[in-house]
Amino acid sequence: AGLFVWCLRNTGVRQLPCQFVHLYHVANDKLITFQYFNFLKRMYVTRCNKDLSQRAKPKSHSIVSPFHELQQLDQEKKVVNKISPVSPVHQLWSETSSRNELREMKSAAETEDSVIPVGTQSKEDRQWKEMKLRLDDLPGILARLSKIKLTALVISTASAGFAMAPVPFDLTCFLLASFGTGLASCAANTINQFFEVPFDSNMNRTKNRPLVRGQISPLLAVCFAASCGVPGIALLTLGVNPLTGALGAFNIALYTCCYTPLKRMSIVNTWVGAVVGAIPPIMGWTAATGSLDAGAFLLGGILYSWQFPHFNALSWGLREDYSRGGYCMMSVTHPGLCRRVALRHCLALIGLSTVAPVLDITTWTFPIISLPINLYISYLGFRFYRDADRSSSRKLFFCSLWHLPLLLLVMFTCKKSVLKKEDKGDLPGGSHETAMEIRLP
Amino acid sequence: PPAHSRSDWIGPPDQHSNLRPIIFYVPPEESALERRLREARQEAQASNQRFWARHNRAFRQEKEEFIYSRLKAKGLEMRDESGQKATLNAEEMADFYKDFLSKNFKKHLQYNRDWYKRNFRITFLMGQVALVRALRWLRRRKKNVEQ
Repeated sequence: AGLFVWCLRNTGVRQLPCQFVHLYHVANDKLITFQYFNFLKRMYVTRCNKDLSQRAKPKSHSIVSPFHELQQLDQEKKVVNKISPVSPVHQLWSETSSRNELREMKSAAETEDSVIPVGTQSKEDRQWKEMKLRLDDLPGILARLSKIKLTALVISTASAGFAMAPVPFDLTCFLLASFGTGLASCAANTINQFFEVPFDSNMNRTKNRPLVRGQISPLLAVCFAASCGVPGIALLTLGVNPLTGALGAFNIALYTCCYTPLKRMSIVNTWVGAVVGAIPPIMGWTAATGSLDAGAFLLGGILYSWQFPHFNALSWGLREDYSRGGYCMMSVTHPGLCRRVALRHCLALIGLSTVAPVLDITTWTFPIISLPINLYISYLGFRFYRDADRSSSRKLFFCSLWHLPLLLLVMFTCKKSVLKKEDKGDLPGGSHETAMEIRLP
Repeated sequence: PPAHSRSDWIGPPDQHSNLRPIIFYVPPEESALERRLREARQEAQASNQRFWARHNRAFRQEKEEFIYSRLKAKGLEMRDESGQKATLNAEEMADFYKDFLSKNFKKHLQYNRDWYKRNFRITFLMGQVALVRALRWLRRRKKNVEQ
């Protein structure tokens, strides 16, 4: 329902194309801006309907993305309004393309779960474009290059690790750690895209990435990655502690030099990728405490186990693209293993949640409250294991999107307070209050 | 792309290879280094185009053959009564995907090695060209300031 509202809000913008028809200048760079604007609109709509094809973030962060898109649209609006009258030929073209846009947007708004094939090429997609970098496009390009939404998820898992650490909350340390982790994540994602250009072009999910579309040169992409990665790791090492910096650097190396090439060589890549996902909360923990405790490993373990139902369910629907693109994924080569592993790790989540109070990280309310959530995802994991079809894989994937933030949230509310650590026989209400005290600095 | 343009132009994805072709701009005063870069990029583009066009064509063809043989085994025709093309569901296609991937595994390994080497070389050349250009620009500015 939330998606539907965004689509409706966006249709308010559709009045603008009529104005565009009149305000269209022949100059090349304006043409690009106009095309980019239309493309943004289209991307926005297709994104609403192609949730499955993204490694999308959980609900709590989905609010961020439409605003980001709307902001860009606003910027584009301002640029376009400055341009001068149109020539009739272009008028015709922009009319037909905007009509296509409107039709697409209408149909998208009406059918919530319809799948608009991303393969439908709108007119501007078939144009030849000048390979010149425009400064107004740069923020959007860099955002997509660094997979900003995935980065936001990584930052949030690192913050969860920080918040769960049994030490008094230090705001500066928290901000430095989050920002450093974010920069490291941007760098890693950019290098990943740099390595995968021809493969990304051949897969539906990824064929609109900036390097694939030639919106930025590989050299600039690498420079951007370096300018994010080096300060990010330096910030973590000097501003937080060397252990966190080392973990950050290790994670970047693991992701770019192990996971990315391994994707095309062996199914082991999924396990490596799960480790990559597990390290940010560990980094958050070490940022707060400065040491690798059992708690860090538990949080890492939860993220590690979560990756499997999440990714295996996602990859189930992408088997054709993976097969053609030459990616070695369990869902293609060992489908039985794929489903078994997903189920196994759903159950492991229950186990890990039970271990949390044993390690003094949370009270015993945590495994109790989280049990229904974990049982539900395990149930969906079991359905996926048994049915092995598209609908069960989708259900599992979407569940994983809200399961993780909810689990982390519950974990945080059940966090064992720092002050009453000695008292193991805490009343749930009591620890709740003191936990509240700590949260408000 | 227009004749007066001084930059490269990138086009829509090729229908066979899904790669976007680039038309490279050849500046009149192109240095040897810049020529090496351009040629490396052109060569990489051609090689990628060849690989993926052939690979995708093979995929489509083998997929058709697979569907045909499976349908025949089930006793069905390629097109049913309404004239729609008959397809197999995802589970039946899974065997084909697995097979195709393993058949092309070695080919992909070779291509990966090739692509990584080319990518690094091109990016390194780009870096060199950018550095030379930057130095040239600085030298020109210094000369202007001195004058």
